Amino acid sequence: MSLEPLLDALRRLLPADSVLSASEERRGYECDALTAYREVPAVVVLPRNEAEVQAVLRHCHRLGVPIVARGAGTGLSGGATPYPGGVLLSLARMNRILGLDALARTARVEPGVANLRISEAARPHGLYYAPDPSSQVACTIGGNVAENSGGVHCLKYGLTLHNVLGVRGYSVSGERLHFGAAALDAPGLDLLALTIGSEGLLMVVTEVLVRLIARPACARVVLASFAEVRSAAAAVAEIVAAGIIPAALEMMDRKATAAVEPFVRAGYDLSAAAILLVESDGTAPEVEAETAQIVALLRGCGATALQVASSELERQRFWSGRKSAFPAAARLAPDYYCMDGTIPRKHVGDVLEAIEQMEDRYGLRCMNVFHAGDGNLHPLILYDAQQPGSWERAERFGAEILELCVALGGTITGEHGVGLEKMNSMCVQFSPAERAAFTAVKEAFDPAGLLNPGKVIPTLARCAEYGRMHVHRGALPHAALPRF
Amino acid sequence: MHPEDTLLGALRGRLLEALRHGTPLQLRGAGTKDFYGERLEGEVFALAAHRGVLAYAPEELVITARCGTPLSELEATLREGGQFLPFEPPRFGGDPTVGGIVASGLAGPRRPYVGAVRDFVLGARLMNARGESLRFGGQVMKNVAGFDVARLLCGSLGVLGIITEVSLKVLPRPAREETRQFEWPATVAVQTFNSWAAEGIPLSAAAWSAGCARVRLSGAHAAVQAAALRLGGEPLAAQHGEAWWTAVRELTLPGLTGPVLWRVSVPPIAPVQAGSVLIDWGGALRWHADDADGNLRAQAQAADGHAQAWRGVAAGRRLHPLPVATRALHQRLKARFDPDGVFNRGRLIADL
Repeated sequence: MSLEPLLDALRRLLPADSVLSASEERRGYECDALTAYREVPAVVVLPRNEAEVQAVLRHCHRLGVPIVARGAGTGLSGGATPYPGGVLLSLARMNRILGLDALARTARVEPGVANLRISEAARPHGLYYAPDPSSQVACTIGGNVAENSGGVHCLKYGLTLHNVLGVRGYSVSGERLHFGAAALDAPGLDLLALTIGSEGLLMVVTEVLVRLIARPACARVVLASFAEVRSAAAAVAEIVAAGIIPAALEMMDRKATAAVEPFVRAGYDLSAAAILLVESDGTAPEVEAETAQIVALLRGCGATALQVASSELERQRFWSGRKSAFPAAARLAPDYYCMDGTIPRKHVGDVLEAIEQMEDRYGLRCMNVFHAGDGNLHPLILYDAQQPGSWERAERFGAEILELCVALGGTITGEHGVGLEKMNSMCVQFSPAERAAFTAVKEAFDPAGLLNPGKVIPTLARCAEYGRMHVHRGALPHAALPRF
Repeated sequence: MHPEDTLLGALRGRLLEALRHGTPLQLRGAGTKDFYGERLEGEVFALAAHRGVLAYAPEELVITARCGTPLSELEATLREGGQFLPFEPPRFGGDPTVGGIVASGLAGPRRPYVGAVRDFVLGARLMNARGESLRFGGQVMKNVAGFDVARLLCGSLGVLGIITEVSLKVLPRPAREETRQFEWPATVAVQTFNSWAAEGIPLSAAAWSAGCARVRLSGAHAAVQAAALRLGGEPLAAQHGEAWWTAVRELTLPGLTGPVLWRVSVPPIAPVQAGSVLIDWGGALRWHADDADGNLRAQAQAADGHAQAWRGVAAGRRLHPLPVATRALHQRLKARFDPDGVFNRGRLIADL
């Protein structure tokens, strides 16, 4: 199809500076933060308000043109990779905070508002927005809704799902949709829960009502070293079993601490096989009591060294290493590939050992950071895209980690989404009947399949192709590992 | 064959047999919520025998149980691990099943402070009208693979299929709980509940009825103690406090047991309307014993809420009417999940 009629129409619908058609302008949108997948969109539109979004959707729907919505492009699974010949709908200019009600503890925001800006706006009221993905300076709330984003505080404060009360937006045909409410529930099926994490396949969100919570008066972190990964994992289990839900509970393996320490000098113990960062928050007496309990438990589990941050400055320093894991990976190798599997926590030792063996087999290094509290692993596979075959090996390495996660009762993605990246792994996690149910949901919202096509739900043919190399459930690699 | 497969196989066998006769089915656990929803239609398909806790590891904060497992069994299991179901599901005079709790999605007074049933659902198994068993979500805290069908099933009243198994996130029981009461008019109560929540007071329930506001504090000893000092009011003896919150959850307070009852769900700061018998959820859930002026729905909707007839209104008019586009989505989802309309016809929406 010729592009001209589409461009003409879009230019009639939107101001001139809202339609980008020159190739150098479009190129900036060719990928999200998963740079291995690229596709230059046919046209980029940057609406400033709901009416413009609706007009674009209606028009594209009429012409049968695919649409990919995009926030800040910080996603890690290719969820915002453009569709060949399609429209890239950037919501970045819809970035106003529309209202903040301190008493009701809610904020009404447009999708292009950066995650951290909400908390900054809420700060004078002693409130904040809890989910804090590592990209929170840049990532937008619209993208967070699409991905059901998490962060390091999920175990205690939940994911996007738990902190969004309602969304407004449009269906693929430009019909107005409104799910959830400022009330705590809405009649009928929970379409809000279905929309959150739907990766832009079901609707385009133009307004989000988020829940704000009281900012804790005090936070303190404990840094603990362990001689073995398994004893660190046991300590995590002990803390939770003792009835403590820490504000954050992170693990890093030696490869990760060795990578970040020269970079940020966080004060990590490089002789430790693994370190844990355990944070307590609340009122001062609460934090005091909980920290004492955490220290005793860590010691009982064989921590070889323990430090309690004695000041806010030291707390920030302890966290700086964890927060620099991704940039540190980028210093060690030209490229890195971040995985996002989740497992029942008891298997972390098995998984990290298996990953070590895979490093040898694929000839690539992998460092591991881990949201230990909720079982979400982020192995960072280091590779060099310039070297022939290096990316392909990294991709296969990653897929094997995800298959292991599935075999152990976990999932292929805890918070980054399926996007384009994990289409093959979806064939491993879900049966044909389960994938048919996803297709049923998609068709109920978008029968023509124009919203973010080709993502999340693999076709039968694709899975059959992938299945020739892999077998679904039961005969995966690592047959010797215990399963439940 | 694995025992789980045998039991699920038996369920599938019964389902396929029922489907052969072309009868619409009414899915039923313990039947404690037969009154709930628009209407019951079809042959009773009993699920109470499909029961049993399948996995529980306190340190993983997850329990997995078959749909027919009674709440009492689940709670007894969790008690041994020092944990509980934070959303406080109501019993309504019986012992509801896990499947029914999830399918109805009803939560008690703790809901505004810890979350709804769906916030604790990590995964579910669904048996569809072809007898296929589908798994969505899982047993881990974070899982964004595919659409969140497990949570879509919460509150679906069984219209998408049979929920045969559920994995729920559970939490440690709070170290201490304390209820304090205040003689306040409803407007003061609602205002104060909200400002305390914004202040970070460790509330786990806040309700008002008949001129008396009560709040429950939960958490670490130090936190509850400090908060109690800050709030003032009269302490309520532990057993009285517990009994009162049970009555709030079970809707057995005086004034709620008459022939008509409306459930009005509004933003917690919505202006107080005359006639609220009970205000729960820190202001966000208001119960009315009548709708004499016929205004409840319009008022609730104007405040970005809705009103549901709980009792005393004819079937077909109980659920707050859905917006046209939302209603169409319900119909399209139903048509794709249950094309022949086998499961719980007319229960969620009269013509679904």
